[in-house]
This record gives sequence, structure tokens and C-alpha cells, in this order.
Amino acid sequence: MPLTRRTFLTRTAIGGAISAASTVATAETREEKTLPPKALGLLFDSTLCVGCKACVVACRDANGTHPEFNTEDKLWDTPLDLDADTLTVIKAYREGTGETKDQEENGYAFMKKSCLQCIDPSCVSVCPVSAMTKNAETGIVSYNPDRCIGCRYCVAACPFGVPRFEYDKAVPRLRKCELCKPRLAEGKIPACAEVCPTGATLFGPVTVLRAEAERRHKLVPGERAFFPRKTADSEDVHEKPAPHYVTETYGLNEVGGTQMQLLSGVPFKKLGMPVLPNKAFVSISETIQHTIYKGMIAPAVLFGCLLFLVRRVTNKEVALHDDDRDAREDDHNDDHKGEG
Amino acid sequence: MNVKPLGGPYRTRTTVIAASMVAIMGVLVLIRFCFGLGSVTNLNNGFPWGLWLAYDMVAGSAIGCGGYAVALVVYALNKGQYHSLMRPAILASMFGYALGGISVIFDMSRWWNAWHIFWPAYFNLNSVLIEVALCVSVYTMVLMLEFAPPVMEKLVEWTGRRGGKLHAATTAFEKVLNKVLFVFIALGMTLPTMHQSSLGTMLIPLGPLINPLWQTPVLPALFLLTALCIGYGVVMLEATLVSDRFARPSEAHLLALLSRYLIGVVIAFLTIRWGALIYQGRLHFLFTSGGLSFAFFAENVLFLIAVILLWSKYRRLAPRYQFIAAMCILSGGILYRLDAYLIAYGRVGWHYFPSVSELMVTFGMIAVEVLGYVLIVKFFPVLPSVERAATSALATNRSVA
Repeated sequence: MPLTRRTFLTRTAIGGAISAASTVATAETREEKTLPPKALGLLFDSTLCVGCKACVVACRDANGTHPEFNTEDKLWDTPLDLDADTLTVIKAYREGTGETKDQEENGYAFMKKSCLQCIDPSCVSVCPVSAMTKNAETGIVSYNPDRCIGCRYCVAACPFGVPRFEYDKAVPRLRKCELCKPRLAEGKIPACAEVCPTGATLFGPVTVLRAEAERRHKLVPGERAFFPRKTADSEDVHEKPAPHYVTETYGLNEVGGTQMQLLSGVPFKKLGMPVLPNKAFVSISETIQHTIYKGMIAPAVLFGCLLFLVRRVTNKEVALHDDDRDAREDDHNDDHKGEG
Repeated sequence: MNVKPLGGPYRTRTTVIAASMVAIMGVLVLIRFCFGLGSVTNLNNGFPWGLWLAYDMVAGSAIGCGGYAVALVVYALNKGQYHSLMRPAILASMFGYALGGISVIFDMSRWWNAWHIFWPAYFNLNSVLIEVALCVSVYTMVLMLEFAPPVMEKLVEWTGRRGGKLHAATTAFEKVLNKVLFVFIALGMTLPTMHQSSLGTMLIPLGPLINPLWQTPVLPALFLLTALCIGYGVVMLEATLVSDRFARPSEAHLLALLSRYLIGVVIAFLTIRWGALIYQGRLHFLFTSGGLSFAFFAENVLFLIAVILLWSKYRRLAPRYQFIAAMCILSGGILYRLDAYLIAYGRVGWHYFPSVSELMVTFGMIAVEVLGYVLIVKFFPVLPSVERAATSALATNRSVA
């Protein structure tokens, strides 16, 4: 078949539609998000945690959640993981004989799980109705149930598995740690940091917490060291030989960085923290989305081309249709004649 | 184009079985709305998206792409001879999308807020889901308008028997509709291109939670192409089934021509998919993903079988092979979408398999489609009338050869 103008146009239109979607992967990526000016967060030092779970109980008090039973006698508050009724949980690692604390082999360690308040949060990016928002000042990621439609995209997308929905209620909602926002408004600090007896959980501005993490990395293992409680700049300190830390601070770079910083003597992967790239996955999806839909130009062009092509075909059809109708009416008249 | 209602009894074994399945679904959905998703489904916080989203919406909307796929051939490629496939395809698409939309409401934890999707102040334009939701909603309405001509023809015929002003009004409206219809036909090809590719983009934020064999930046292209594959597959399946079940002349000649486009789309899909895997150096996941490796191979083998079956002209023209090829394409395409959204997704320590009642709701949805389709083709002029189809079959057969 010779390449006429029409076939050329039609092929271009179809090819354009298909390739539009496939070429976006090479498009320029959107800017990386940076730490908000007054970003607040937590510093959790696994080597200081004794697994007392005071934070879990204090969190229940502060957020009105209820004990969760996982033993037969139903007398132990034993949450197994984060849940709509458990916004923070302490998990334990144990290997071999489990003799030495913070040791990978034949040792044990504790890890606190709660929302890491990402700098570039997936849950905020994916929420279609802006029910998930990140405060521009403090960087706290909050949930607004009045907005939420319950699509659970945030639950599916969080790289840390933090947001949890309620499935056993007719009027369910999502639950996640919001860094004790109401307590902060009263001038208090988050409940988990407030009650932590060893200062394993510290609250403060992220820049201060990062500096504190940096200081601890420089300590010589075994030598005298001081550790504050509640906040990094607190007067309330205790003395303890410096532990051995793994080299990285978790949350410094993961998915673009988080406002919670984690220190540990055992590799984070062993403590259930996922190994993640330094870039947020949502920066890729947002890049694709905003490339295809930039100013709605590409869809408009596609629509314009199709409009033109359809018009050519329907013009022909309308003519046919009219012939058809004339034929039908003729038949109709014939029928009447027959009856008569 | 000469189309007529099929006629015949509405109460048959098929419609009675379908209606009872719909009734069971109704009860289960009522329970879900009274006691929450957990009372009917096995959804959990490790698998917040289950069968209803992955099958009813993600695969279901692709099954509803028959109208889109055929429209591209009829209008964009200017192949008017496929026109007899349009109306049944639009009808099936209307069902696919409308029911996909309804099942999303069942699946929404806070469904009473569903209108927030249409409230501009709440839009989060970074979210791929808002694009999908808006686009799918608009497209469902466009499909209803695209299906308006058969309904109007029936109305004109009714009022014609009575005559008078009503007839004049419906005839005038039909005329206006036919004049502006081309806008909706063009929209009906633009919107699926948008949201079907976005359904792929939607998975990109999930990152490593989806197996690397499925998680790739070319997801939007792959989802668009599977929408077309499934769309053509559905049209082929529907046409072969209708000519068999309703004892009508076969449309095999048309399907044979259509299957050439299908082959092209499948080859494009396989090329992009394997190309991306090779480019990203992910081929080793083919052998290290356990059961998922098997699922990946199953998808590809199903696609390949369809291509091989339709490659030879003899088989391409035989309704029997058309049916088998359509089934392969459909199972391959649907499996791809279920894998990407559900089976290849996972967090350590979590499990999900749909509960019996969850499955019954999905079956109920399929029953609604079957029931609706059968009743509508019997009542409205959707399928080409037999005499005309037979003659045009002869004409096109010659051009195929």
C-alpha cells in the first residue's frame, strides 16, 4: 500500500500515543525534596534500648490505643507489629545463643518501629485527595480522616509498612504515629521520648539529632561516654561505655532521608529495616506523571489528532447512514402498500 | 451499518444462574458495608489491595478495553469494515468500566467520602490515582454516550409507532447525537490511553515491594499495551461466543484481520518488556523468583501461543483457533495484571488469599456483566443483522484471500 497522507497521519497518531507513555522513563527527574526548616524527629539508639516497652505503653496513653493480646491467657499486652491499635512497637533480634547485647552473632538487640516521617513521603505523594500531608515547617506527616476515601494506597506504598488501616469496622480510619502533635502543641515532647528511661529514644530538631548521631559515631567503643535522656540537649545524662555502632545512620539517606534517625550495633537489615535506595520511588512516578500531563499538552494533542481522524470516518458514515435510512423508509412504505 | 435486536426469551438457564449469583453478591456487599471490609474479605495491612481491586478494577477495566481497541482500528486506522464489531465492543466496555467503578466503591474503606475525588480543592496532582480515578469516571460517562445510538434507535422506533411530537423530538435528538458523537468517540480513545498507562505508573511508588520482573519504569507502556491485548482478546472471544451461542454467522473473517493488529501489539509488549529486563540487567530474576518465575513464564508463554496460533493464515481464519488464541491472550493479559498488582507484591511476613465471600462478590460482578450483556443484545440493536452480516462476510472474505 502506498504511503498516503492519511495513512501517514494515522500511523503517526497511533505511534505517538503509544510511544508517549514509553519514552517518559528517560525524561528529566523532579527535584529532590529537602529537610523542612524546623523539621522535628526522633533519634533511636538500639544500643541504649533495654526492651522495657515503656514507650509502647506511653504511646497507648497518648493516642488512646488499646492493649493487643496474642497469648492464650489474654493477660499480656503483646503487640506483634505496628497496627491500627499500636503506633509504636519494640521488636527483638536474637541470634545463636543470644548472649551479648548488640552483637550480630550470638547476640540480641531491640528495634523501635514507628513512622519515620520521610522527607519525601510516599503516602503523601500517592494520596489522591490530600488526606496525607507533610507539614511544611515541622515535616510531621499527618492523616486527615475527614478527607480520606479509604483507598489504602498509602498502606500499599509505604516502604516501611507504617500506615495501618482498620478492617473490622464499618467506619474505619487509618492510624500512624504523628509525633504526638497534640502534646507538642501543649509544649510537651512525644510520649515515647518522654518516658524512655535510657534515652534510647530522643526527641528534637532533626539537625540536632543528626549532630548527636554524628557524635556517637565518633566515640571510641568501650570508653566512658555520656548519653542524654528525652532530648539531645537535655541536662539529664547517664554514663555508659560507648558501644560499637554499625557505620551508617539509618534514615539519613533511605528513600531521600527520614526525620527519624536510627543507630544500632547490629546491621539494620537484621533488625527488619529494609535496604532502600537514596531516592524516593515517588520521585520517579511523579516525574512520569508530570511529564505526560505537563500542561495537559500531550493529551490535548492526542485528542486533537483523534478528533480529526474520527471526523473523516464519521463524515463518510453519516452519508452512508442517510442512504440507509432512506432505504429503510422505502421498505416501510412498501410494507404499507402490501398491507393496503 | 444494519443492526437489530436479537429478540428471544429473557429467562434462560444462563440468565437465571447469573441472576442468582448477583443476589448472593448483593447480600455479601450489604454485610461488607455494615461490618467493614474484614467481615467479607481477607484484606490486611500487608495486602491492603486484594482481588476486588486487582481483578475487578485493574483487570476488569482492561477487559473493558474492547471498545477502545476496536475504535482505534476503525477510526484511527480508518478501517471501516470492522464497524460491525463496534457496538458489541462498546457495550462490553460500558459494563467493564461501570462495574469496575462500582467495585471500587465496595473496596473503599471510607466510601462515603468517594465524592472527594471530584472536589478540586482536595486534588493531589502528584497522585497517579487521582488521574486514574477522574479519567475512568469521565470515560465511563463517555462510554454511556457512545452507547446512546442503539438506545436512541429503539426510542425512535417506539415513538415512531405512536407518531406525533414525541417522535419528532426523539428523531431530532438522535440527529444531534449523531452529529456530535465524533467528539465522544475521539474522547473514548484519548481517555483509555491516559488511564490505562497510568494504571502502570500507579505501581512505581511501590518500589521493591513488587518483584523486579514486574517493577520497571516502562510499566505505563506495558499497561497500555496489555489493555489493547486484552481489548482485542475480549472482542475475539465475544464474537466467537456470540456466533456460537446465538447460532449466528461467524465473524471469523473480520477477526482474522483484527488479529493481525493483535499480533503487532503483543510483539510490541514482549519487546518492550524483555528489552527493559535486559537493559536493566534483571534477567537473573527469571530464575531466582521462585513461584513468581513460573508466573512470569506462564504470562509470556500464553502471549507467545496466541501469536503462534494467529501467525498462520489458515488458523487465523478458523473460529476454533481464534477462540483458543483469544483465551490465551486474555489469560496472559489478566495474569500479567494480577501478578503486577497482587501476586508479585508482598511484604515479609504477610499472606493473602481471597476469602470465599470475596471471590463470590467478584463472580457476582462477572454475572452482572453476562446478564446485562445478554439482556441488552436481545432488547437493543447491538449485533449486526444476520442477512447483512452474511453478505458482508462474503465480500470481506474475498479481500482477505
